[in-house]
Amino acid sequence: MHSSLTRIAAVLVASTMLAGVANAETIRWARSSDALTLDPHSQNQGNTHTLAHHIYETLIGRDNDGSLTPRLATEWALKDGDPTVWVFKLREGVKFHNGNDFTAEDVVYSIERAKSEFSNMKQLHAEVQSVSAIDDHTVEFQMTGPALIYPNNLTNTFIMDKTWSDEHDLAVVQDFASGASNYSVLNTNGTGPYTLVSREVDVKTTLAYNEGWWGEKPPVTDIEYLTIADAQTRISALLSGEIDIVQDVPPQDIERLSNTAGFKVEIGPENRFIYFGYKFGDEPLKSSNITDSNPFNNPLVREAMELALDRDAIKQVVMRGQSIPTGIPNPPFVRGWTEELDAYPAPDVEKAKALMAEAGYPDGFSVTLDTPNNRYVNDEAISTAYVGMLGQIGINVTLASRPVAEHSPIILANESDFYLLGWGVPTFDSAYVFNDLIHTKTDLHGTYNVGLYSNPELDEKIIALGTMDDMDARDATVAEIWDVVKADRVLLPIHNQVLAYAMREGVTLPVQPENQPNMTTVTFE
Amino acid sequence: MLAFIARRLVQSVIVMLVVAFIAFLVFRYVGDPLAALLSQDAKQADYDAARERLGLDQPFYVQFYYFVINALQGQFGISYRLQQPVSQLILERLPATIELAFASATIALVFGVLLGIYTALRPRAFSTGVIMTGSLVGVSLPTFLIGIGLIYVFAVELKWLPSFGRGEVVQIGWWRTGLLTQSGLRSLVLPAITLSLFQLTLIMRLVRAEMLEVLRTDYIRFARARGLSKRAINFGHALRNTMVPVITITGLQLGSVIAFAIITETVFQWPGVGSLFVNSVAAVDVPVMAAYLVFVALVFVVINLIVDILYFIVDPRLRDGARTGK
Repeated sequence: MHSSLTRIAAVLVASTMLAGVANAETIRWARSSDALTLDPHSQNQGNTHTLAHHIYETLIGRDNDGSLTPRLATEWALKDGDPTVWVFKLREGVKFHNGNDFTAEDVVYSIERAKSEFSNMKQLHAEVQSVSAIDDHTVEFQMTGPALIYPNNLTNTFIMDKTWSDEHDLAVVQDFASGASNYSVLNTNGTGPYTLVSREVDVKTTLAYNEGWWGEKPPVTDIEYLTIADAQTRISALLSGEIDIVQDVPPQDIERLSNTAGFKVEIGPENRFIYFGYKFGDEPLKSSNITDSNPFNNPLVREAMELALDRDAIKQVVMRGQSIPTGIPNPPFVRGWTEELDAYPAPDVEKAKALMAEAGYPDGFSVTLDTPNNRYVNDEAISTAYVGMLGQIGINVTLASRPVAEHSPIILANESDFYLLGWGVPTFDSAYVFNDLIHTKTDLHGTYNVGLYSNPELDEKIIALGTMDDMDARDATVAEIWDVVKADRVLLPIHNQVLAYAMREGVTLPVQPENQPNMTTVTFE
Repeated sequence: MLAFIARRLVQSVIVMLVVAFIAFLVFRYVGDPLAALLSQDAKQADYDAARERLGLDQPFYVQFYYFVINALQGQFGISYRLQQPVSQLILERLPATIELAFASATIALVFGVLLGIYTALRPRAFSTGVIMTGSLVGVSLPTFLIGIGLIYVFAVELKWLPSFGRGEVVQIGWWRTGLLTQSGLRSLVLPAITLSLFQLTLIMRLVRAEMLEVLRTDYIRFARARGLSKRAINFGHALRNTMVPVITITGLQLGSVIAFAIITETVFQWPGVGSLFVNSVAAVDVPVMAAYLVFVALVFVVINLIVDILYFIVDPRLRDGARTGK
């Protein structure tokens, strides 16, 4: 009797304590690697942007379905009568974490900083000639020409406080050669929903809700952002209850976690496609036994190679169902994607063999495939599977598998005959793909067109995209370019990647296609 | 003694220079730091400009020369990956590795010596057989497997201990220690055990072999004949004479544990210099890799120096020899 009274009393006390803390919801969120820096313009990298989106904000945001949403800018439009000027109306009543007001001059400062020499964001703003504050809440961007899709480039460019930045000498973004580290690498002052409480690089970063934020208060009030490099440890931490959300889930654990009581996995498409690239040109391939011609230069060979690729088998066996096969190097959210382009032929080994003979390679040929082994999901396994498929049509492939740090320099030096690569489209517009993967390689274009494909007609159209002032004409040109890219089989796309987030029951974090989820979207049951 | 130390210090500097030189020679094959440093959509012109600005287009001996010049001034550069000064990064993470290394070395030394003595004094007991076989298992299983196994049993199933991280730390001056908080101590248990197993086996077998040999010597027999107690013989005489090789091995192991507790640190997400090094290799963060390898050379050199000085203290014959040698 006595002990049950104590027990009841204990439960009552405990429940009142719970009621008191019910409003503070902490989320412990784990990823495989940390944000590289807190300086918003230094790196153009996923993990860094993901964390920055909680502390800083951009003019325009992107919804989970890929559409643009107002953030620090409430309206944006081309100026009446001048299609080379974008006018942005800014949100009023927004304050930085240190109390300073957010005004147009902060936008001007931030864009100029993002365009500066050592910023990795400068490519996205290359077409901005100048940016000026018309009044405290209006900004005008003078572009070098009609730039119809420029707002897409603003979704990861963060706004800093000019006053605070001047106080701490932040005008120059991190210059590695100078040997000095700047204040914003570890300190922040943004307008975002969370403020930085502490940062231990590669260990833990804690954030707390910013009571002065302009938006609706989110359910999550405290965030512990943890880095756990080892995949097994990361999943173990979730299973033991030390973590609430794991963002980087190894594909082999997806099914197991979905079937474990108390946990669930959210799955969604990613804005990233995986493809094989060929070396073009008449020069014979360095790694091939054919010394008088380049087999990849022959469209019949490329067609045969596509017919040998069984994307659905790769999806089922290699990716365990976690991929979206595609026939075009362009994810579905990106402007310019159509279902017809996405369609891919069913594999046909007999026809492929016939095409190879018709092309003049009845005995096949040998070549080396360069693949990374630690960059994309199951990258080496995909390449290995394709090697087997190519073997069936007589192409003898040697697989050269390397860590991405060694794979990238080989690719970028145009030394690879045949390679696997992945690509994301942060602007959600096809021109981004064309500029870097299709246009002839020059100092300013085609950096990743490392097969050295060159089609001067396409180059002209690609350049023209940047100066068109009519959206319909632009869309039509984009469609024309895609038709040629698909018909010519410039690249061999395999699939779009799929994202999986694992979390405990009671928490829901929807998948964000750029793999940059925001904790404000977390809901509790 | 002073001349001895001075000579060793000069040798240490030469060792560190050679290590750094070989490291730079090898770095050209680890990959290109620019792939991680620049944006996905950087242009060819940007790559060329960055390469020139960072001095990455120069031959390795030129890069090595600048590295040495800067290192002598205490400047180890900025990490490409984390954009912070390298010396600061290493110093921040050093306490974690040192605490882990010493915790595991202590476990290994204490249990290794005790078990070694026990198995030497009772060579034919059944328990001795169990211990010897068990130790073989401990040394044949790879560290990461032991680590993951311990995490699974103690963190996921039993939920007794944390599965990752260092817990709460207390800052004392420059040092951040996890030994003063409950969560810090709890986090230390599994990684320390994982790291200690192979050291323990080595020390145990070494102590056992040495003890067995020493127990057969004449002076031990005479001590027994004189009627000294078992404790005086076993611990006062026999054990002391086995310590010289044990100190050597422990010293070398401590050096390698501090430098290469990489696997354990990665599995347990222990924020030490080992995991810093692994992440730097993956991102081809040359400044951190170079500084770390020089630091590791320094660690080995210092530990070997301490070991040599300990010889003098433990073994009177060396002391006398040095004096009469003059």
